[in-house]
Amino acid sequence: MSVAQAGAVTGGALGPEPAPPRRRRSRAGYWLLLPGMLWLVVFFLVPTIQLAATSLYDPNGSLDAGYAMTWSFSNYTHALQQFQAPFLRSLLYAGVATVLALLLAYPLAYAIAFKAGRYKNLMLVMVIAPFFTSFLVRTLAWKSILSDNGIVVNVLQALHILGPDGRLLATSVAVVTGLTYNFLPFMVLPLYASLEKIDLRLIEAGSDLYADGFTAFRKITLPLSMPGLVAGTLLTFIPAAGDYINAELLGTPRQYMIGNVIDSLFLVQLDYPAAAACSVVLMLAIVVMVLVYVRRAGTEELI
Amino acid sequence: MRIGRWIGDHVIMALAMVVLLYMFLPIFFVVLMSFNDPTSRLSYEFDGFTLNNWTDPCAPSGMCGAVVTSLQIGFLATIGATLLGTLVAFALVRHRFRGRAATSLLIFLPMATPEVVMGSSLLALFTSAGLSGSLGFWSILVAHIMFCLSFVVVTVKARLAGLDQSLEQAAMDLYANEWQAFWRVTFPLVFPGIMAAALLSFSLSFDDFIVTNFNHGNTITFPMFVWGSAQRGIPPEVNVIGTVMFGIALLLVLGGGLLQRRRPTPA
Repeated sequence: MSVAQAGAVTGGALGPEPAPPRRRRSRAGYWLLLPGMLWLVVFFLVPTIQLAATSLYDPNGSLDAGYAMTWSFSNYTHALQQFQAPFLRSLLYAGVATVLALLLAYPLAYAIAFKAGRYKNLMLVMVIAPFFTSFLVRTLAWKSILSDNGIVVNVLQALHILGPDGRLLATSVAVVTGLTYNFLPFMVLPLYASLEKIDLRLIEAGSDLYADGFTAFRKITLPLSMPGLVAGTLLTFIPAAGDYINAELLGTPRQYMIGNVIDSLFLVQLDYPAAAACSVVLMLAIVVMVLVYVRRAGTEELI
Repeated sequence: MRIGRWIGDHVIMALAMVVLLYMFLPIFFVVLMSFNDPTSRLSYEFDGFTLNNWTDPCAPSGMCGAVVTSLQIGFLATIGATLLGTLVAFALVRHRFRGRAATSLLIFLPMATPEVVMGSSLLALFTSAGLSGSLGFWSILVAHIMFCLSFVVVTVKARLAGLDQSLEQAAMDLYANEWQAFWRVTFPLVFPGIMAAALLSFSLSFDDFIVTNFNHGNTITFPMFVWGSAQRGIPPEVNVIGTVMFGIALLLVLGGGLLQRRRPTPA
């Protein structure tokens, strides 16, 4: 994956596009679309509808006996009551991880866009480098980094930030650290893409008009980087809210997120209606959030 | 004023370096742990140095088989998703058709859907179709093509939309027919975008755990193997695979960068 294109992937996800080229009206367009769109309809749209249907099945059915469609909306109230804590935890952890990722990513993206000079490409490669190795293996590496006799814990204990028996592993701190780390590149790349487009003459004009560095940043740079900020927060928050790898590997059942619940209901307890209800609630929560967020931030073009 | 700016520049650069260090720390540990000689199966700390993991990386039973399965699925999913996605990207940029808004939405939605929702939806579909007993290689492949497709469309579309159509026009003015103009002018110009999309697809597929976990039947991919052994204690050889993956990807990216520098592509 070339670096510029890696930026295009995430930056282009929600960014504006150049003026559309001349388009031909012919049947060929439909034939080009057909196989890909058919694939998405059959293996994305239909399954989503099936998921919604499953969430309304009779909760007394079983996989072996089959489920009857009883329009049991009570599956939702039960799921929300029973799994309220992991739902809220998912939103909280993902929210904190997104804010942390933004705080870490902004200076990095800013430095790459404006200060890196000839090292720009090198730094971009370093940003996507974590993708070069497996997500699970990297998350397990955090288990070593944060381990009880590891350097991080020892330093924090020496500084008395952590008590002598204090640990990081199996706490929400570890889970949020892992989430922040895993989705950080999704924040950096779109931010970089929109910062890089900023015309530096605008900032010069700002300082000619007696804006100090901070005012110029607040009134010019920050507003112009909004498309990247919106794309980055969505690209970080959405996968983080649905993730359960970090909670499983770095946390304990007390840190379980909604993904852990869905996984266990579907694959261990085989309670499909409850599992599907949880999935649908997660998806609806995210769709609503995306719509509100995108509308407020005013990014119209989706892809 | 000038001192203020010097401090500003260097503080931002220093902050950026700290963040990069944070991003690299786990990779450093993956490499380090690949030389680990753990005292117990459940140890996550560096207990001692050994080269054994590197001389016999396939020692944990099933691990190298899982890597091969992942490579096969990654390869096939890349071909499928790149082919279908490139066609869609051409349609979106070059053709007019009804239902453009709905098409864009359908392409965007899989990227905005949490993997756990996509994986469980597919499982719900396969179960209701009576296929839950025969899940395996094929269902993983089908799912991977599905979630890679949108990323291919976005990547190729970005390249195609930035293309100057007057180049094709010029070729046709010079008596190339539409076919020649496409294969001699358009395709070579879009090709870097298609390659980027293919590499992205491969890494998405090779690394996928969540969607695979719902639809894998008895087939074990590399991430599935890692997940399974996380409960029983991770063999250090897993980190050898992680290190090798990192090395290959790094070589590909650096090699690609050198190629591009030698043969500058028109912007």
